[in-house]
Amino acid sequence: MKTRFLIAALAFLAAAPALVTGVIAADGPPPASGPAYQGPKVSSGPHPITLDVQAESTTREIVDDVKRVRNYADQPPLIPHAIRDYQIDLNINKCLTCHDRRNVEGSQAPMVSVTHFQDRDGQTLGTVSARRYFCTQCHVPQTDAKPIVGNSFRDFDAVLGTAGKEGGH
Amino acid sequence: MAALRNFLLLCWRVFARPSVHFSLGFLTLGGFVAGVMFWGGFNTVLEATNKEAFCIGCHEMRDNPYEELKQTIHFTNRSGVRATCPDCHVPHNWTDKIARKMQASKEVWGKIFGTIDTREKFVGMRRELAEHEWKRLKENNSLECRNCHSAESMDITRQAPRAANMHQTYLFTGQNTCIDCHKGIAHRLPDMHGVDPGWSMKTSAK
Repeated sequence: MKTRFLIAALAFLAAAPALVTGVIAADGPPPASGPAYQGPKVSSGPHPITLDVQAESTTREIVDDVKRVRNYADQPPLIPHAIRDYQIDLNINKCLTCHDRRNVEGSQAPMVSVTHFQDRDGQTLGTVSARRYFCTQCHVPQTDAKPIVGNSFRDFDAVLGTAGKEGGH
Repeated sequence: MAALRNFLLLCWRVFARPSVHFSLGFLTLGGFVAGVMFWGGFNTVLEATNKEAFCIGCHEMRDNPYEELKQTIHFTNRSGVRATCPDCHVPHNWTDKIARKMQASKEVWGKIFGTIDTREKFVGMRRELAEHEWKRLKENNSLECRNCHSAESMDITRQAPRAANMHQTYLFTGQNTCIDCHKGIAHRLPDMHGVDPGWSMKTSAK
């Protein structure tokens, strides 16, 4: 019995410093903030949660129905119209009610390309392939927001110096 | 049986005999006042059941269609005008309203027996419930839409070319009505297999 008490007391003594430092660290002042944030500037970016910061103005969707240039041949085309509340789930794909093969006559919308009908083995199916069902994985609408990160992308023609030439090649 | 017959006969005799104790003036004025009170009470209760607060007083409506509505443009938008449940789901015209209210006794039945008292049950019945509303709006030429959105006041030059074209092709010609194309405008859609969008419909019957 006596030995057991002794062991318990020793264990407590060993653990005591760790417990005490832990409590002090938790109560102590927060660590000094590091150097000023260097990353991209984001709306309502990093600031203490206790500080009230004016939110930056919101951006507007681009909904002018005008096709945008694609920066490379297989870029998924952008969505030039509002897609608010568009339901894409097991019940219905709202996009396909216009862009599906069956519906383009009535809607006069561009039909999804044949690649969307191919499964991963390259088999062309009768309807849109399950792996292409979730349109907004690749196709996105745009807003008039200024880019928060610089972009040095140059398209094919710019790299070859053939931009503006007849036919682009 | 004979007792019941005798009782009914007694009632009829009392009803058919001229009043002995009450004056004609009392009966006329009293009847008038009672009528006013009855009609006022009836109308007040009717109006109370036509408020959104009444609709979302039950968890079935509050947790399912109302939550879905809150995300859509009929609840939150730039101009701050919004549609409440009865704006779309209760006819404004009196006779139609009473007819709809009588149909709604079925919904009271559903409430009592918990037809859609869980999310799963609601989702399971969504297609059937949606079809009722599509049918109603199709038959009255989308009257509840047109209570706010009139084709006459619709300035298609202010619409996106795509929308303007569709409205000219299908709405102004009377080929289709609002609900044919705008299903699911305020709530999530059920399984839509077999339901073609308005612009792909083969029929042109309004």
